[in-house]
Amino acid sequence: MSDQNYVPSSKLGKWFNDRLPLLSLSAHLREYPTPKNLNYWWTFGGILTFCLIAQIVTGVVLAMHYVAHADLAFDSVEHIMRDVNYGWLIRYVHANGASMFFLAVYIHIFRALYYGSYKSPREVIWIIGMIIYLLMMMTAFMGYVLPWGQMSFWGATVITSLFSAIPLFGESITNWLWGGFAVDNPTLTRFFSLHYLLPFLILGLVILHIWALHVPGNNNPVGIDLKKPSKDTVPFHPYIVIKDLFALLLFLIVFAFFVFYAPNILGHSDNYIEANPMVTPAHIVPEWYLLPFYAILRSVPDKLLGVVAMFASIFILVILPWLDTSKVRSAIFRPLYKQFYWILVVDVILLGYMGAMPAEGTYLLIARVATAYYFLHFLIILPILGKKEKTLPVPLSITEPVLGGAPNPEIVKRKEIYH
Amino acid sequence: MSDQKAPKRRDFLFTASYAIGAVGVGAAVWPLVDQMNPDRSVKALASTEVDVSSLEPGKSITVLWRGKPVFIKRRTQEEIDDARSVKLNDLKHPEKDEDRAKNPEWLVMLGVCTHLGCVPLGDKGEYNGWFCPCHGSHYDTSGRIRKGPAPKNLEIPKYEFVNSNTIKIG
Repeated sequence: MSDQNYVPSSKLGKWFNDRLPLLSLSAHLREYPTPKNLNYWWTFGGILTFCLIAQIVTGVVLAMHYVAHADLAFDSVEHIMRDVNYGWLIRYVHANGASMFFLAVYIHIFRALYYGSYKSPREVIWIIGMIIYLLMMMTAFMGYVLPWGQMSFWGATVITSLFSAIPLFGESITNWLWGGFAVDNPTLTRFFSLHYLLPFLILGLVILHIWALHVPGNNNPVGIDLKKPSKDTVPFHPYIVIKDLFALLLFLIVFAFFVFYAPNILGHSDNYIEANPMVTPAHIVPEWYLLPFYAILRSVPDKLLGVVAMFASIFILVILPWLDTSKVRSAIFRPLYKQFYWILVVDVILLGYMGAMPAEGTYLLIARVATAYYFLHFLIILPILGKKEKTLPVPLSITEPVLGGAPNPEIVKRKEIYH
Repeated sequence: MSDQKAPKRRDFLFTASYAIGAVGVGAAVWPLVDQMNPDRSVKALASTEVDVSSLEPGKSITVLWRGKPVFIKRRTQEEIDDARSVKLNDLKHPEKDEDRAKNPEWLVMLGVCTHLGCVPLGDKGEYNGWFCPCHGSHYDTSGRIRKGPAPKNLEIPKYEFVNSNTIKIG
């Protein structure tokens, strides 16, 4: 790569760079060869980085005013909303920011599923990404507990009680997690501590995620390996930087809509009632981004197996690079996979909807079918499809079809390639 | 050198060092893990006394014990008969009502659903006992699980009648 021979122009720059090659790193980031056909689905990495920074900045500020105590937490959040200068804005950005973060991460993950970005040689990027996703869920869950409203308290009770399903040690583990015999003040204070810590672990993993990405380079919509740098690539700066910034602006419009016009629409009104250990709300519903997993948990009639199924549904994503046996990455050249992909998207949305509905009657039945299909997709369909599917011919380079040298002229007409 | 390497003095030293090191790390980590367990102030609140003299038959009260709700129900004769006529074979977690309520009129149990810890609602559900709104577990008039995802009956805490009007839980 060209940045390896980078020499700073100034004498001071050279002196510093010989001792700590930060300028070389910055040159690498600017010149990093990026496939020239990346579409807007590839801008969510940048958007996610923005979301993480925004959550950390607003979170650090909120922690200056929040009080982590069972008797004071609820009031201190109202104090932030009413008394602290711009407190309402900072809290609404933080609370809706979590939802925006998950919205972006789901698009990012489904983009990877469509274009086969998890396949060799990018398995490690994918696995780090899944660990980040898991930490995001933990962070979001613990953050939701901090306002100490009814949903906070009962959401915490239900989720921590998942561990009571573990044979033999279940009760000791839940008591250990709670620091007592129920969710109470010790639980709140430790959740606050961990809620503050985890985002910085995520930040570290994001750096590893990007580092691992820069080894093989980006996947791209046609999913082929590229020579780098070549006619098929452009330098990251300014081409991708500008495109990412433009996408971020569009994303911020959606973000701002929620913050300024519907700040509570994604939350649950019961969380404006202070936590009460004597009364369970009629419907305990997690935040929208956890609903598909919640639906899986509830669709299994056995307690332990329900918990196992829920964790398995996440773990199955980690081993996805080995479940998908197809050598062709992009769904553009996989006519059958493309259809199963969209069925999976509908299935997950359906699961999310069922997670929000009461677990009874038809809802429960649909949730069970959708849960079964979720596992069927990853454990049966993907391994078989990779072996049986007749894929379309893949171009040898991004530029080639444009120059008329594609093995199959029909591919040239496929407009997906030219986004 | 021979193929079969006899353990040397150096190998012994390595293994012994690793072993001592592991014990040391374990000893350093344990306080950090154990500090999360229930502390002395939490354990000190281990018992509660409740005055039940004003409770009419068919009514129940909920009191807080160790941060958890406890249901105290004064059952009617009909509810007692209901609970005692059930065959053990019909139960998911077979327990006799006689063993759950020593004094048949009084049922004292944790108001914590054994599924995922919600508080079940009284006088509800298909068995006229308790119903958990979270994930749809039905309990009978003895607090035994009859239908739904919960694996066990509502737990009976340790309790005793201090006198005819007062129950001590814990």
